[in-house]
Amino acid sequence: MPDPVIRPDTPLLEVEGVRTRYGMIEALRGVDLSVHAGEIVTLIGSNGAGKTTLLNTICGEPRAHSGTVRFAGQDITRLATDRIVRLGIAHSPEGRRIFSRMTVYENLQMGALIADPAHFQDDLRQVFTLFPRLEERREQRGGTLSGGEQQMLAIGRALMSRPRLLLLDEPSLGLAPLVVRQIFAAIQEINQRQGMTVFLVEQNAFHALRLAHRAYVLVNGLVTLSGPGSELLANPEIRAAYLEGGH
Amino acid sequence: MMTIAPTSAPAGLASRLGPLARELGVTTFLGAVLFLPFIGLYSENLTSGLQLVKRWEDWAWAIGAVFVGRLLLIVWREWPGRRRSTGALGAALRPVGSFLRYNMTSIGLIALVLAIAFPLTSFGNRYTIDVATTWMIYIMLGWGLNIVVGLAGLLDLGYVAFYAVGAYSYALLATEFGWSFWVCLPLAGLFAAFFGVTLGFPVLRLRGDYLAIVTLGFGEIIRVILLNWVPVTHGPNGVSAIPRPSFFGFEFSRTASDGAMTFHQLLGIDYSPLHRVIFLFYVILALAVLTNLFTQRIRRLPVGRAWEALREDEIACRSLGINPTNIKLSAFALGAMFGGFAGSFFATRQGFISPESFSFMESAVILAIVVLGGMGSQVGVVIAAFVLVVMPEIFREFEQYRMLVFGAAMVAVMVWRPGGLLAYRDPTLRLGGKKGRVAPEGDPA
Repeated sequence: MPDPVIRPDTPLLEVEGVRTRYGMIEALRGVDLSVHAGEIVTLIGSNGAGKTTLLNTICGEPRAHSGTVRFAGQDITRLATDRIVRLGIAHSPEGRRIFSRMTVYENLQMGALIADPAHFQDDLRQVFTLFPRLEERREQRGGTLSGGEQQMLAIGRALMSRPRLLLLDEPSLGLAPLVVRQIFAAIQEINQRQGMTVFLVEQNAFHALRLAHRAYVLVNGLVTLSGPGSELLANPEIRAAYLEGGH
Repeated sequence: MMTIAPTSAPAGLASRLGPLARELGVTTFLGAVLFLPFIGLYSENLTSGLQLVKRWEDWAWAIGAVFVGRLLLIVWREWPGRRRSTGALGAALRPVGSFLRYNMTSIGLIALVLAIAFPLTSFGNRYTIDVATTWMIYIMLGWGLNIVVGLAGLLDLGYVAFYAVGAYSYALLATEFGWSFWVCLPLAGLFAAFFGVTLGFPVLRLRGDYLAIVTLGFGEIIRVILLNWVPVTHGPNGVSAIPRPSFFGFEFSRTASDGAMTFHQLLGIDYSPLHRVIFLFYVILALAVLTNLFTQRIRRLPVGRAWEALREDEIACRSLGINPTNIKLSAFALGAMFGGFAGSFFATRQGFISPESFSFMESAVILAIVVLGGMGSQVGVVIAAFVLVVMPEIFREFEQYRMLVFGAAMVAVMVWRPGGLLAYRDPTLRLGGKKGRVAPEGDPA
């Protein structure tokens, strides 16, 4: 495969007409979106809209039925998950999925498995600076952490692989409002200090939209709206559908 | 650890007399029902035909024993002032477990020195060394299976297949081509590992119960092939006259074959049949130690880490860039390789092998050793192998009662130590000698 020509305006992540099926059911019905380097982009949508499916499709499991996913100009639609991750996409999956019987430190080590060991200490320091709670609990087993700490660990573990793109699947899930604020503050810090590109999938639209440079709204497997986060935040439709009431 | 303040006797006890009496009654009733067919009724083959003998007196004794036993249990449990913990055996073993964990290296070295010295002491007679050799074989098999089951979390019910592959590889190569044990040993390991990969490929997508069933089937397939492929394996007759290993070319026999020298001539000592037994013991000891060191080492390497991570969460592993297929295959292959080593040792030690030695029962015993010892625990395997292999040997006189005790011991361990004798996963690394706080599972922070 010839090296793809990367123009400065090439998005880091490009999703084009992606359709994903679970058997007969089409969960994604032609999604287009892009994430540029240095951005925080969020995808909001209600339960069952296909948000997690999109993140998983980007990671190659399940595979897109049609359409293309490009990372830094390279077509990754048909690659195996571990290959995709090794290209520099870190995925903090839904439900955190930390290793509950391993210690915090070992969890972080697992995140760094595919990274160059030379950077390990630096990266560890960075994660501990970002989440001092993890340093306090570094010898504690993952399963004994609180929900918020587990989420911090999941993000920290994803960062340990030195990704170019961080995919976060509902980091606010099941967390107290105060903890959600901490997590989102950390995501902002990762973006601003390290220049990390973040693609954030959220049900908690209010926080996600305030944080994001740009946002997409996913409804029933289709992107219905997109624009700067602040603009969507002010959009009366969005306010009615996602912001008032529950959240 | 759950501790409940002692029951404020007698007021508290009086209110619970009703339920306690009921508990006693139910147990006795259950005993009565169960022992009726077991003891109360007995069929005897008389000339007049099958006669039903009724042994009401024995039955009454059995019920009485249940009643008294339960009564004692209740009294012991309810004794005022006794602290209640999660389990008597569990509480007793916990300090032992933590002591073992923190002094693992020194204990291991002491055990190794004892093992090396043992055949040379007065305890080392033919019988004890034989039993110790068998123990070592099962320790090695346990450690090998521990990689697959304990570390990678893949339930393998057909581990004996790799043991069989190793044994037959050596037996056939040695008898057909006259290759020496030391050449065949690595080959046997390679063959077994190859079979591990062969089995691994199709079953990688399976998990839990499904994987267990397929591996169970694989174990049987190997056994059936060995039984039926008569031209090669000699079928049920097995392979006999398998050459014994030599000490760097020096045989263990009274008189040397043409142009060779025997071991006792080399050392200038009198011939003793014990030499070979001792030598075999050292060979399996070395193999077992090799297995252990290898496992300890690989646990700290990325691939070993990945096994443990895979056991916990496959999806998380994939999202961290780990290829589960390769990781599972490596666990299968390495576990199988050690099974193959143990198998070829078994063949050379027995001098005769047949498919009978590789029945499902063997897989079950090896798996029981791993589970009973505590998944992933290396010391646990040693203890469990002793309990499951050496104890039945020691209590051989008790014949049929040993299976009863065996079963009771299994139940007892699973009730009081459901994670195995040494259940805690030892942290694979610790910082600067600082002993990290290891919180028991499910203990909220």
